[in-house]
Amino acid sequence: MKLLKLVPEGTNLDFMRWRNLALILSLIATVTSIGYTVYRGLNLGVDFVGGQLIRVSFEQPVDVEQLRSRVDAMHLGDAGVSSFGGPKTYQIRLPKPPGGDAAANSVATKVKQEITRDYPGAKIESVDTVSGKVSEELAGSSATAIALAMVGIALYIWFRFEWQFGVGALLTLAHDISMTLGFFAFTRLPVDLNVVAAFLTIVGYSLNDTVVIYDRIREDLRKYRRMAILPLINLSLNETLARTVVTSMTVLIALGVLMVIGPEVIFGLAIAIFLGVLIGTYSSIYISAPVLVWLGVKPDSFLKTDKDEAAEPETA
Amino acid sequence: MLEFPRWKVWLIGIVVAIGVLLSVPSLIASTPLASHWPKWLPGYKINLGLDLAGGSHLLFEADSADMQKQRVQQMQDSVETELRHDPPIQVGDMSTAGGKLSFLVRDPTQVDAAVERMRNLTKPVALTGNRDWDVQVVDSTRVVLTPTPTGTAQALKDAMGVARDVVRRRIDPGGTREITVQTEGNNRVLVEVPGIDNPEELKKLVGQTARLEFKLVDLSANPEDVKAGRAPPGSEVLPMADGSGAIAVKRRVMVSGEQISKAQQSFDENGRPDIALTFDSTGARRFGRATQENVGKPFAIILDGKVLSFPTIEGPILGGSASITGNFTVQSANELAVSLQSGRLPVKLNVIEERSIGPDLGSDSIRKGAIASGVSIVAVIIFMLITYGRFGVYANIALVVNAFLILGLMAMFNATLTLPGIAGFILTIGAAVDANVLINERIREEIRRGRRMLDAVETGYREAMRAIFDANVTHVISASIMAYFGSGPVRGFAVVLLVGVVTSVFTAVYFTRMLVALWIRRARPRMLHI
Repeated sequence: MKLLKLVPEGTNLDFMRWRNLALILSLIATVTSIGYTVYRGLNLGVDFVGGQLIRVSFEQPVDVEQLRSRVDAMHLGDAGVSSFGGPKTYQIRLPKPPGGDAAANSVATKVKQEITRDYPGAKIESVDTVSGKVSEELAGSSATAIALAMVGIALYIWFRFEWQFGVGALLTLAHDISMTLGFFAFTRLPVDLNVVAAFLTIVGYSLNDTVVIYDRIREDLRKYRRMAILPLINLSLNETLARTVVTSMTVLIALGVLMVIGPEVIFGLAIAIFLGVLIGTYSSIYISAPVLVWLGVKPDSFLKTDKDEAAEPETA
Repeated sequence: MLEFPRWKVWLIGIVVAIGVLLSVPSLIASTPLASHWPKWLPGYKINLGLDLAGGSHLLFEADSADMQKQRVQQMQDSVETELRHDPPIQVGDMSTAGGKLSFLVRDPTQVDAAVERMRNLTKPVALTGNRDWDVQVVDSTRVVLTPTPTGTAQALKDAMGVARDVVRRRIDPGGTREITVQTEGNNRVLVEVPGIDNPEELKKLVGQTARLEFKLVDLSANPEDVKAGRAPPGSEVLPMADGSGAIAVKRRVMVSGEQISKAQQSFDENGRPDIALTFDSTGARRFGRATQENVGKPFAIILDGKVLSFPTIEGPILGGSASITGNFTVQSANELAVSLQSGRLPVKLNVIEERSIGPDLGSDSIRKGAIASGVSIVAVIIFMLITYGRFGVYANIALVVNAFLILGLMAMFNATLTLPGIAGFILTIGAAVDANVLINERIREEIRRGRRMLDAVETGYREAMRAIFDANVTHVISASIMAYFGSGPVRGFAVVLLVGVVTSVFTAVYFTRMLVALWIRRARPRMLHI
C-alpha cells in the first residue's frame, strides 16, 4: 500500500524569507482585530452580561418575524429572537429586568406561559437566568483564567527553554487570542462560558504546536552550532512540517465532524477551537519562530543547559 | 527497544483490560444490556451533567440585609424579655434605626446595671475573642447595641448551614432523590436537581422563608393610626397577605413555627384547602394557655411578616393541633405545609442564577454527541491508516483503547460528563494522535537519514518524547486552570482534557511502543514501511 504523505519528502520551503511580510500582515490583522473588537464589542451571552436565554421548540416551523413581534408585544425591553439549528427551534434572549432578580423570575414565567398558549405543542427546552452579580463574577473569573493560563504556560516555556522562547510563546498566544476575539466580534456569534473553554483550549493547542517547533529548534541549535539562525529555523520548520500538517488535519477532522453533526449547543465552542487550530498552526510558524530571531537566540544560548539534560524525561 | 520484559507486557495488558471493563457500565447504561451486567463486576458509572441529563441548576444568595434586620429584631425581643426580669429596668425610646438597637434608661442609676445585663446577652464568637454585639453608652443614658462584623459573619455562617439543611428537606422530604444541595462561598446555596420539568415549583419551595407566628391582635389600636402605620407601644402594624389593608398585632409571639412538629395540607369544613398543624409539647402547652387566657379575642396567623388570617378564639385549644386557613389553593397549601414541616429558613434566599434544561434537549445532545464522537473516531482512524500503514494501525488501536480508558477512569472517579465534556472527548481523540504523529514522523525522518531500522524506531520514540512531554504539560496547565476557575459545564470539559492527557500519554507512547516491539520481535522485518 502506498502511504499518504501530505508533505512530500525533501520539502524545503524558505519560510523565513517571508517573515517580515508575515509580521506586517499579522500585525495589521491583530491590530484590526483588537480595534474591531473594542469598537464593535462582543456579542456577550447572558453568562457575562446577565439576563435570560430561553430555548423553545415548536411542533411546526415558525416564522421568525412573527415570533419576534409576538415577543416584542410582551414589552420586556430589548428582546432578541434567533433561530437555533432549524426553523422549529428558537432562542429568545431577554435583557436583565430593572426590578432585580425577583422580577427576572416572573418575566421568564410570563414568556413561558404566553408562548405555550399561543403556540400549542411548544416546549420550553431550557432556561438560563443569570443575575448581574453572577455574570460579573463569571466574566471576571473567565478573564483571570485566560490570563493565568497564558502567563503560566509562558513561564513553563521559559523554565524549559530560554527566556526568548517564553516571550515568543506569549506573543504567539496574544496573537491567537486577539484574532479569535476579532472573529467573534465580526460574526456576532454569542460568547458564552463554552467559548471561554474554547479560548483556553486554543491557548493549550497553539502552545502544543509552538512547543514542538521550539523543541526542534533547540535540538538543531545544539546539533549545528555553526549554522546561521535563519537557515536553522527554516530547517527546523521543514523537519517538523509533516507533523504539523498531519496533526492539524486530525484535529480539524475531529472538530469539523463536531461542528457539522454535533449538538448545536456547543457549535460556538467547536468553531472557536477549529479556528484557533488554523490560526495556531500559522502563528507557531510565523510568530513563534521569527520572534527568536529578533530576540537574538544563538546556539550558545543552550551551551550551559547541557548539564540539565539529565533532568529531562527519559523514555522507558 | 526489543527488550520488553514479559511482566511489562502483562502490566500494560491488565491496565488496558481494567480500563475497558470499567467503561462498559457507562456505555450500556441506557440499553437493555445493563441488567445483564454481572453484579460481581465493578459497576461504576459516569455521572451525566445537568446539560445532558436535563434538570435544574439554581444558585441562591442569602439576603444579608434581611438577615441583619432579623438579628436586630431578635435582639430586641431578648432585650425586652431580659429587662422585664426581676429587678425590672424601665426603658424608653427603643429604636432599631441604622441596624443598631438602642434605648434610653429612665433611671440614670440603673445604666450600669442595664449595660451589665446587656453584656450578658451577647455571646463570644468562636475562636475570635470577639463578641457578637458591642454594648456602649451614649449621652450617659442611652444604651446602644451594635452588631460586630465577626458576629454578623458567624451568624451568616450558622444560618447558611441551617438553610442548606432546610432547603434539602423541602426539595426532598423523603431523602431519596439524587439532588445536590451545597453551600458555595459564604452566602450562597447551590441546588441541582436532575430530571425535573418544572423548576418554578422548586423556586417557590425555596423562596418561601416560612416564618410562621401566632400573635394576638391589638384591639386597642386606633384604626386611623393603623392606616398611617402607627401602632400602640408593644404592638406593630402588619399588612394582610391578600393586600386588603393592615392590622395591628401585639409584638409578643404566642407560638411560632419552630414549635410545630407536623404540618400537612387538608381541607376545612367547607371543603377549602387549609393546613393542619400539630404542635410539639412546648408549643401545645403555650398555645393551650394563650387560647385559654384570650377566649373571644382574635389572633393573627402571620407568615413571613404578612397576616394570613385572624380568626377569633372560640374556646381553649388544648389538644395541640390547629389549622391555618387563608386564600389557599391545594398546591399553595401543600407548598406551605412542606415549608412549615421543614422548618423556617433562617435567612431569605434569592435566585441569582438559574439554568434549566429539559430532558429532551439533554438526550438529543447525548445522541448527537455520541454520533459525532463515533464519526470523528472513524474519520481519524482512516486518516491515520492511509498515512502510516502498520504504524497507523497501532496508533488506531491505541486511540480506541484511549477512548475506553478515558471513560473507564471517569467512571471510576465518578466524574461528571457535560456537553462541553463531549467536545473535550473529541478534541482529545484528535490531539492524542499527535503523540503518534510525532513519533512516526520522527521514525520516517531517521530512516531517511539512513539509520538502521531498530535504531530509527528507538530514536523516534526517544526524541519525540521530549516534545510530547512539554506539550502535555501545557495542556495540563490550561486544563487545571479551567477546572479551578470554570463553573459546571466548563469544569466538565477540563476534567475530560486532564484525564485524556494522562491516558493518551500511556496509550500513545507506552502501549504503541509495546505493540511495535512485539511485532518486530515476532516478524523480524527487514525494513519498515512507514
